[in-house]
Amino acid sequence: MRSSSAKWKLRTSYFILSVLTVISVFPALWIILSSLKTGNSLYSDTFIPREFTFQHYIDLFEKTMYPVWFLNTLKVAFFSTLIGTFLLLFASYAISRFRFVGRKTTLKLFLVLQMFPGFMAMIAIFVLLNAMSLLNSHWALILVYSTGAIITNVFVAKGFFDTIPKSLEDAARIDGASHLKVFFSIIIPLSKPMLTYASLMIFNGAFVDFIFADLILRTEEQRTLAVGLYKMVSQRNSTEFTLFASGAVLVAIPVTLLFLFLQRFLIEGLTAGATKG
Amino acid sequence: MSSKGKAAALSTLLMGLGQLYNRQWLKGLLFLAAGLLGIYFFVFELYDYIWGLITLGETPSGFVKVGKLTKMVEGDHSIFMMIKGLVALLAALLMALYYALNIRDAYLVGAARAEGKRPHTFKQSLVMLEQKHFAYLVLLPPFIAIAFLSVLPLLFSILIAFTNYADPILPPANLVDWVAFDNFSKMINMKVWSKTFGGVLQWTIIWAVLATVTTYIGGVLVAILIHQPAIRFKKFWRTVLIIPFAIPNMVSLLVMRNMFNNQFGPINSYLNFFGLKGLPWLTDPFWAKVTVILVNMWMGIPITMILAFGVLTTIPRDLYEAADADGAGAIHKFRYITLPMVLFSTAPLLIMQFAGNINNFNVIYLLTNGEPVNIHYQFAGHTDLLVTWLYKLALNQSQFSFASVIGIFIFMIVATFSIWSYTRTRSYKEEDMIQ
Repeated sequence: MRSSSAKWKLRTSYFILSVLTVISVFPALWIILSSLKTGNSLYSDTFIPREFTFQHYIDLFEKTMYPVWFLNTLKVAFFSTLIGTFLLLFASYAISRFRFVGRKTTLKLFLVLQMFPGFMAMIAIFVLLNAMSLLNSHWALILVYSTGAIITNVFVAKGFFDTIPKSLEDAARIDGASHLKVFFSIIIPLSKPMLTYASLMIFNGAFVDFIFADLILRTEEQRTLAVGLYKMVSQRNSTEFTLFASGAVLVAIPVTLLFLFLQRFLIEGLTAGATKG
Repeated sequence: MSSKGKAAALSTLLMGLGQLYNRQWLKGLLFLAAGLLGIYFFVFELYDYIWGLITLGETPSGFVKVGKLTKMVEGDHSIFMMIKGLVALLAALLMALYYALNIRDAYLVGAARAEGKRPHTFKQSLVMLEQKHFAYLVLLPPFIAIAFLSVLPLLFSILIAFTNYADPILPPANLVDWVAFDNFSKMINMKVWSKTFGGVLQWTIIWAVLATVTTYIGGVLVAILIHQPAIRFKKFWRTVLIIPFAIPNMVSLLVMRNMFNNQFGPINSYLNFFGLKGLPWLTDPFWAKVTVILVNMWMGIPITMILAFGVLTTIPRDLYEAADADGAGAIHKFRYITLPMVLFSTAPLLIMQFAGNINNFNVIYLLTNGEPVNIHYQFAGHTDLLVTWLYKLALNQSQFSFASVIGIFIFMIVATFSIWSYTRTRSYKEEDMIQ
């Protein structure tokens, strides 16, 4: 009796898990298959297309500015990650390690800044950049993303530094190493997991942001992938759906692979963020 | 007068003089140059900027008769004046801080000299900076970035809430004025605004609660499902089920928007295939709300699942063994061991996600764009959250002042929750325990 009910329980569990798996991967499968089917409409009478074609991917490179957008995105994401990670490390390290005048105020400032909806500042930045005629520039985006990165990740990073024993640095300081040396040769190598997490988050944020980028980038050749993709959907989704599908697949692939490969760091970072507040 | 007093007095008189008196030549000259720039700015520029910030301009654009010709004359641009005023104010504050530090420095070095110590050479000063004030040194770049790209824009937005900067009063054609709390009282008392605000606020709260609770419960349940000892290929299930989290949510939302398309989308096609009538997923007010919740579950469950799974693996086996020895059933073990352990460790996450969901712009904007339109609302639709409404008000309708008012409301809601939860987290209470 008992064993048969256990069997049932196990079977039901496997069944539920299988259903969940189907639901989880269905949208991805669907969009990949859609990008490979002939024609350009959203509607399809079969799940697996009758004919396969790579034409939409070719069109993407030949008829739209996709390659340019791709390079723009890489540039913006790369520099945002680089600058953002550095600023973040500096800020969180200082807050975690040093007890300076104004430290509590700094912590509170970060906390308050996190609570405002991001868009509020966005519009102001737009007016500000307009006044400085910096609109349509990638560097404006990079600076804003890097700054945003500090605010969103500072507590996770600080929490991480808090867990590195101070005795390590003290030893090096006694040996006469300067703060900068300690920071670069002891702290940075030890913070690889957090570094991976933070840079992945910043990279991803810059890679997929379409709201702010759309506001700042005024011409088609300056656009990033996310903006291009968003425009594709909002302007011509019903007529050129398959083209959008191939674009979506190409945008998703690098980020999805990064996430899956770096899963471990991601989970560590998220856990730290969730329990440390 | 003692030498430290003299140095301090000289530095008060003009930045850098005290340092020169202390025979710190290079440092003194650098300070002096900065000081002269500062004085120029204070005397010749600051007043205009502050005046601009206070009045927001007095000459409107218009046509002026010059002889026989009418000429278009550009007036004051209130918004640029406001921003410039803010920047100037911020710069002035930083300058004042620098000035105060300069006096303090002259005094301290003077005091050291009085004790017979040699003042630092410029090189030594730099080394001192790295040694003693490392925190400030490394905080400076992030701080400047935050001051100008985050604090300043926010201050600007907050100030906008107290002006009448909303269509049809738009610079440079019109001058903007300060109106104190008018916008706030309109938002609460004027029927068109208050009705929309009330409705959108209500849905925002319902959404935040439902979105948080569904993903949380879903995630914990899935984690428990996978964690059952009898389940095999745990790693496989985990990896497959994390896929929705790995796909950039901007892409998956745009894809979902097409999947839920009423006429051509696959979901309704399949329903038709099974002889069921398709549902108006994105066009009916009720079903649109259901759709955003469902899609949000799809995207949000994996994160909670992963975190809950992490907690489950840390629950000590002997707790269960002890329960077994006492003859506890599966339900009891779940109720008294698993659930409290998971809840305890993931509670901060719950609060964080709630705050995040109040500001969950992407899901709504990309999936429904706030639609279907609600004709009783002022520029908002049935599924609009406060954030998406804010965005529409500012960027599509140029109602900047009202958008700012909403931003401030959102801040107050989020701040209340965050402060409440933050003061309860360990990292705040036990800040200094680790070191």
